[in-house]
Amino acid sequence: MKTAIAERIEDKLYQNRYLVDAGRPHITVRPHRSPSLNLLALTRVCPAKCYELNETGQVEVTADGCMECGTCRVLCEANGDVEWSYPRGGFGVLFKFG
Amino acid sequence: MTKEKFDAIVVGAGMSGNAAAYAMASRGLKVLQLERGEYPGSKNVQGAIMYANMLEAIIPDFRNDAPLERHLVEQRFWIMDDTSHTGMHYRSDDFNEVTPNRYTIIRAQFDKWLSRKVCEAGGTVLCETTATGLEWDSAGKAIGVRTDRAGDVVLADVVVLAEGVNGLLGTRAGLREMPKSKNVALAVKELHFLPEEVIAERFGLTGDEGCVIEAGGTISRGMAGLGFLYTNKESISLGIGCLISNFAETMERPYALLDAFKRHPSIQPLIAGSEVKEYAAHLIPEGGFNAIPRLCGNGWVVVGDAAQLNNAVHREGSNLAMASGRMAGEAISIIKSRGGVMDKASLSLYKTMLDKSFVVEDLSKQKDMPSLLHTNSPNFFTTYPQLISHAAQNFVRVDGTPKIEREIATTAAFLRARSRWGLVSDAVRLASAWR
Repeated sequence: MKTAIAERIEDKLYQNRYLVDAGRPHITVRPHRSPSLNLLALTRVCPAKCYELNETGQVEVTADGCMECGTCRVLCEANGDVEWSYPRGGFGVLFKFG
Repeated sequence: MTKEKFDAIVVGAGMSGNAAAYAMASRGLKVLQLERGEYPGSKNVQGAIMYANMLEAIIPDFRNDAPLERHLVEQRFWIMDDTSHTGMHYRSDDFNEVTPNRYTIIRAQFDKWLSRKVCEAGGTVLCETTATGLEWDSAGKAIGVRTDRAGDVVLADVVVLAEGVNGLLGTRAGLREMPKSKNVALAVKELHFLPEEVIAERFGLTGDEGCVIEAGGTISRGMAGLGFLYTNKESISLGIGCLISNFAETMERPYALLDAFKRHPSIQPLIAGSEVKEYAAHLIPEGGFNAIPRLCGNGWVVVGDAAQLNNAVHREGSNLAMASGRMAGEAISIIKSRGGVMDKASLSLYKTMLDKSFVVEDLSKQKDMPSLLHTNSPNFFTTYPQLISHAAQNFVRVDGTPKIEREIATTAAFLRARSRWGLVSDAVRLASAWR
């Protein structure tokens, strides 16, 4: 029972329905030289793993798998690290069960 | 549509928004409800348990056609360490009553149903429409809402902000603060499908009976958090949530936490063989009474999760949302019938109604609990669960060690971990926060 096989987040998100608003991401990260602690935390805390460190040490967001929970907004909007809005009507995650 | 003016605009079609819209539409008000999802419920996430009384106050005969999963006859509270759980189970046939007290639901289906009731009552529901801002007159009264539909402004006498915990309109307009990371939990959840008879057998259920498990302990890895397992008709909702501030400190990955919870030897057999069909994440307001913002102003009221109306201790949210939405709708209808202006003074009727209800009474009773659990989370979520597990095992295991030695060992473990003063102080603080 103790041989735990880590599930990939990509496989989890694959279960969900999304209507991606191509070319209009609803979250953007402010350009930065090195990320703040909260921004860095998002690379681990975001439940959809939308945030990742690039090769040069900056945090990037790919909002396609976003579940619109708002965790990154709560942690990073106040200091301007991220700019957050909801996707346009009808776009984004579409929960079948919720 | 731009020239049309409504009595009220409701932003959001969740529990509170639907309750408010129904309360007003059924009293003859001209109501417009805006929902950014494809259909009502497509953006909403909950555990989910629904309490009958608060829905009965809105739709008395809801049992005739509401999409309900199981009515709950059994509740398990588990304290978990890495390999065990110590539990209290409460099961009663009394819950097999004609009008059961609470049900599990699936929000996407339930919200769609409740929204249909709003339409039947005469409300206009506009989906796939994201509200982008409030519109104000020169005197500082909210007079409508801007949407992403061709930049349209829709006008109304009053706006009901039922936009959820992560609502943008109220926070952007400065009507309330952004939720603080120590006041909101991030919960992740999966829906595990299993045949109806397998669920019935694993939990000892017949017919529409349901069982829920709420679990705390080392599963949250020292963070203030809870795991849950709710039985639906042919699926199991399984999730875990912890405060965002704790996540940021520990850098734990929410989905790793959920996976570990799923693999816990007490949980794994209950979901074995299931097929996962959805993974969802959502924030839960945990700040309690002290986090409630201003509830009304000139031309606006705020309800449900957006107003932080959630009872974290009792894990109640949707009922507070329904009750607050209904009261806001009733208050607005009363003001309208008197021919009054929807200003701060008249809308305070909503606050008065809410203050007198169980919503604010329950939240104020335990207003110190959130901060206690937050400041003391390693003790309450790791140390005590481990101690309790060891104590239970000491009590149960028989291997020839004299009982007195086991009891001494148990007591010593508690004292070593928390000290005599620490134990007394934790107990006193817990008791006083509970009062």
